Amino acid sequence: MKYVDEFKDVKALQKILGRIREVIERMKKNGARFPLRIMEICGGQTHSILKYGIHEALPKEVEFIHGPGCPVCVTPIETIDLALAIAKRSNVIFTSFGDMLRVPGSDENMFETKAKGADIRWVYSTLDAVQIAKENPEKEVVFFAIGFETTTAPIAAALDMAEKDGVKNFSLLTAMVKVPPALELLLSDEDCMIDGILAAGHVCTIMGYEEYIPLAEKYRVPIVVTGFQPAEILLGILRCLENLKEHKTEVSNAYEWMVQKEGNPEARKMIEKYFEVIDRKWRGIGTIPKSGFGLRLEYSRFDTEKKFSEMPNIPERKVNPHCGAVLQGKMKPCDCPFFGKECTQQHPIGALMVSDEGACAAYFQYGGLKK
Amino acid sequence: MKSFECPTKGYKESDVVTMAHGSGGGAMQRLIHEVFARHFPYLQKDTDAAVLSCEGGDIAFTTDSFVVDPLFFPGGNIGSLAVHGTINDLAMVSARAEVMSVAFIIEEGFPLSDLEKIVQTMANEAEKQKVRIITGDTKVVEKGHGHGIYINTTGIGVRFGVRLRGGAWPSPKKVSVGDRILVSGDIGRHGMAIMSVRENLPIETEITSDSAPLKELVIALFEEGIHVSCMRDATRGGVASALNEIARARGVYLRINEEKIPVSEEVWGLSLILGIDPLHIANEGRFVLFVPKEEAEHALFVLRDYEEGKNAEIIGEVMREYEGGLVTAITLLGSEKIIQMPEGEILPRIC
Repeated sequence: MKYVDEFKDVKALQKILGRIREVIERMKKNGARFPLRIMEICGGQTHSILKYGIHEALPKEVEFIHGPGCPVCVTPIETIDLALAIAKRSNVIFTSFGDMLRVPGSDENMFETKAKGADIRWVYSTLDAVQIAKENPEKEVVFFAIGFETTTAPIAAALDMAEKDGVKNFSLLTAMVKVPPALELLLSDEDCMIDGILAAGHVCTIMGYEEYIPLAEKYRVPIVVTGFQPAEILLGILRCLENLKEHKTEVSNAYEWMVQKEGNPEARKMIEKYFEVIDRKWRGIGTIPKSGFGLRLEYSRFDTEKKFSEMPNIPERKVNPHCGAVLQGKMKPCDCPFFGKECTQQHPIGALMVSDEGACAAYFQYGGLKK
Repeated sequence: MKSFECPTKGYKESDVVTMAHGSGGGAMQRLIHEVFARHFPYLQKDTDAAVLSCEGGDIAFTTDSFVVDPLFFPGGNIGSLAVHGTINDLAMVSARAEVMSVAFIIEEGFPLSDLEKIVQTMANEAEKQKVRIITGDTKVVEKGHGHGIYINTTGIGVRFGVRLRGGAWPSPKKVSVGDRILVSGDIGRHGMAIMSVRENLPIETEITSDSAPLKELVIALFEEGIHVSCMRDATRGGVASALNEIARARGVYLRINEEKIPVSEEVWGLSLILGIDPLHIANEGRFVLFVPKEEAEHALFVLRDYEEGKNAEIIGEVMREYEGGLVTAITLLGSEKIIQMPEGEILPRIC
């Protein structure tokens, strides 16, 4: 099957690995400093790295630092508590992407809230949420709008559909975030140990990679737009190492079959139409200026928080401080004192253990345990 | 007088049953151990069918409920699933299904034509497998109190073949270091077929359910003299769950080879799109089996002679004793990763 078999081709994978080893050998001769620390931003990439054992297959001179790109993990617990409070209302059908349902709020997760009677439904496409609203005109349908730029585009498309079809009982609980401001925060940290970056291919499919060019220049770090399959990740690493070897601190595209420099202009236009860039709180990191998307004033009728009267007052909660360190790549999941002990996939403490894209869940699932 | 009541687990009022408890993974295992096995002391909890020793032979006994949504799906319906599931639970304890009971819980307003279609399918499948449906029950619940139709079955079977390996039937306890692990066909088709119609995915697939009776395959293995150490159907929780259950029950380290796992192109493609591991997806006509190393190729040959077994593969081996059990896989890149018991409901990832 086209675009499936190619990525499973073991010989091709071995060939790329061989080229990675060659570059490392040449860098050694040039007296390069090791290990080289490469941050993959996206949780989907973290999942692939652990799932396919890419970290183990690579020479020991290359280390991964796992980035903050797990949309479920960076959503503040207060937002989840708010979502649960809204979902419990009797006139509400609460819709969400599937893996958000498992994330614990302060008291319970959405599965438990659902089991106690709330009408919570998971959707695969944002448009399904609008469809549910059309089919249930007597109910208020809320969509839990989380995610990075990748999901912001289809969320905008859902809004566009609701707007054009005059769907009035549909609204968004927004918590969308943007990658570049978070990346800049990590790079500007004086303890930053990142030598190279794999940018998230899906995000760049929508947004392009122009935003990353000034970051690569300012912080003198190569950034490579990278896909998600094993071969794609290895290609991203190869390109990153080649750029490091040549001391090229620029943005390269190792996901050319999906990503264009300017991204997807139609999708960007759609995002621009409905959303504006706002400050956003990230779980484990804090508020990052201009790092999120919120509804433009003229569309606030689609904003759950403005539409609903008597919004519950959600108290601020403390979260495990280690989660923040892991999220920012300062700590490996298995170095967290709670990992695999108090915090497991059966009883997660932090969101990183919940979502499949969370670094802790990936470690726990595929190899963080002793053998 | 001494009380025989077992102390309760001590759940809080806020602890409730969630969908995860029915998904065949870790949550369900805990529910079985913490509630059912706790209060039902005679439960034979490590298999889906119980075995009763009688004069002249062993009788196997199983019960199962079917709540699949949608009721009709590519490759079958709730009726064929019920017959196959019952036959397979018995086959996995080396028994040939002989008789079945069928109980229907039907929601008011359910079309009689659909009911007849389901019943007709059940009759046909039972006839083909020489299983007699000999008793049943019908309950009708008010509209809104059920999802169209639920089916419960009971099956009784007689154990076949000879006792193997020092006089015991296949079970996790008979698994030995060096045994090869086989899977009887390509995996993940049932779960993906259901998901592709249930979740209204905007994707056209030709995936049909693998729902099938496994009795003939298992009998063929026995008749060919294969000394099967252990077998388990890979239903909810998929192959990952089946392997983890066996590894835990026997205390061994199992290693499979990702490259060898048979997955159809369509299932593989859809699993990439949805971010779901084929090892976690439910099957309704596939089982994993453990056989001695020197019989593995023979077993493969036997399985592949059948339509349901034509994609069978040797996927791994039992490495060594390991307290608590461990399942790993060699990835396409040659690294080794852990295969966990799936946890909770299997959900597509966000992106």
